[in-house]
Amino acid sequence: MHRVAVTGLGVISALGVGREAHFDGLAEGRNGIRQLEMRDVERLMIQIGAQVKGFDETAYFGRQELALFDRVTQFALVAAAEAFEQSGLEITDDLGLQTATIIATAMGGLHTQDENYRTVYQDQKNRVHPFIIPRLMANAPVSQVSMKYGLKGPAYSVATACASSNHAIGQAFNLVRSGAARAAVTGGTESVLVFGGVKAWEGLRVMSKDGCRPFSKTRNGMVLGEGCAILILERMEDAVARGATVLAEICGVGATADASDIVAPDADGASRAMILALADAGMRADEVGYINAHGTATAMNDRTEAAAIRQALGPAADDVMVSSTKSMHGHAIGAAGALEAAAVLMALQKGVIAPTINYDEPDPEITLDVVPNQAREAKIGAALSNAFAFGGLNAVLAFRAAD
Amino acid sequence: MSDEVTNKIIEIIAEQAMVDPSDVPPERSLEDLGLDSLSLVEVVFGIEEAFDISVPFNANDPSDSDFDITNVQAIVDGVKKLIADKENA
Repeated sequence: MHRVAVTGLGVISALGVGREAHFDGLAEGRNGIRQLEMRDVERLMIQIGAQVKGFDETAYFGRQELALFDRVTQFALVAAAEAFEQSGLEITDDLGLQTATIIATAMGGLHTQDENYRTVYQDQKNRVHPFIIPRLMANAPVSQVSMKYGLKGPAYSVATACASSNHAIGQAFNLVRSGAARAAVTGGTESVLVFGGVKAWEGLRVMSKDGCRPFSKTRNGMVLGEGCAILILERMEDAVARGATVLAEICGVGATADASDIVAPDADGASRAMILALADAGMRADEVGYINAHGTATAMNDRTEAAAIRQALGPAADDVMVSSTKSMHGHAIGAAGALEAAAVLMALQKGVIAPTINYDEPDPEITLDVVPNQAREAKIGAALSNAFAFGGLNAVLAFRAAD
Repeated sequence: MSDEVTNKIIEIIAEQAMVDPSDVPPERSLEDLGLDSLSLVEVVFGIEEAFDISVPFNANDPSDSDFDITNVQAIVDGVKKLIADKENA
């Protein structure tokens, strides 16, 4: 068994392009949710979302590449480049054979699907671009990243809706910890902010029209986001030996299924995942200084999650800081856990706990310290990151600060 | 009570509740009919499709929506108002 270091991070979110932009947004408590800009937006009931702005794909890719890269793949490649640059990890032929690529996306190339369904159904065209399949397939981001860096170890995508990233990072962690891989490139990428994507979410009637207010009594639903975060994982001893900066250590993962309802969450499944993550990490509940909550701002999730945190941590729940950064970067579905792992890395490395913004009225059913509205400086040694998906699939990651 | 709008709404609710329309009296609550949150969302969708209207309903807090769904009669009244609003628009 090996200890697992995170040595690189790349991020794209509504808070900005690049890790530092994301961190700055989180630390400032900046709201990345705005009026959506997309074709036919006037036909949507829900017209807000956390869209990535200022991402000019032509600045990164040539015409031929763009013909093959959906927005989710573009995000993954740009974030991976930033993560590799920070890590300084050099992929030699030998290391390439032992490096895993596990990158989540719940929905795959939805922009490509949406555009091309329009072409055939709405515009009644009978001919489509030849590369639709290699653009839209859910493994396209994984494959393009593995090709770009010569990563020839185990590579696949993971789709568990809102928990996809945590399952992917957990899987990559286990591959490195067990010795099955020497290093891993992992995280998640997602962009459902297209007309069909938002329309589909709208149908479920769980979306807010006016903002994302996790844990607040006035919350009235989730707000979609998009983005990507990529982490470079390697054996702690390798990272130390080559003098890399260790951003944090991943030390446990807990995954469970509720086996109860296709949309409603269950406190028991969620708390079991947290308890398993703690046990896997050999971490006591009172060591946990911060939990990045799933915190979707639906009536049901936040109440259930708060109960689950109490169930899992016991009396230690009174002292733990819990925040939902979805209030700022929206719910990025398959990329959510990765964007939130970035917030955890910021907390552990920089001692800045991202707030839950838009918190305007306490909910008597939620008695946790939700770090309302303003970031807090705090030195913490350990943190959890929760993700609870539709379909009752839960994944919790446990992190520790670097030695 | 036996007008076209009412009958159609009862038909939609009965279908979701998997009961005969005669078992859906106006005062009966949807909860009592055993409709869970997903069925409720389907009922709202069925109504929107049937009458080509948009129902202001948020599953996060149905009681706080601008649309009363406590019982069948409340839904019928709400839908009639939405239809009238649409015709007057």
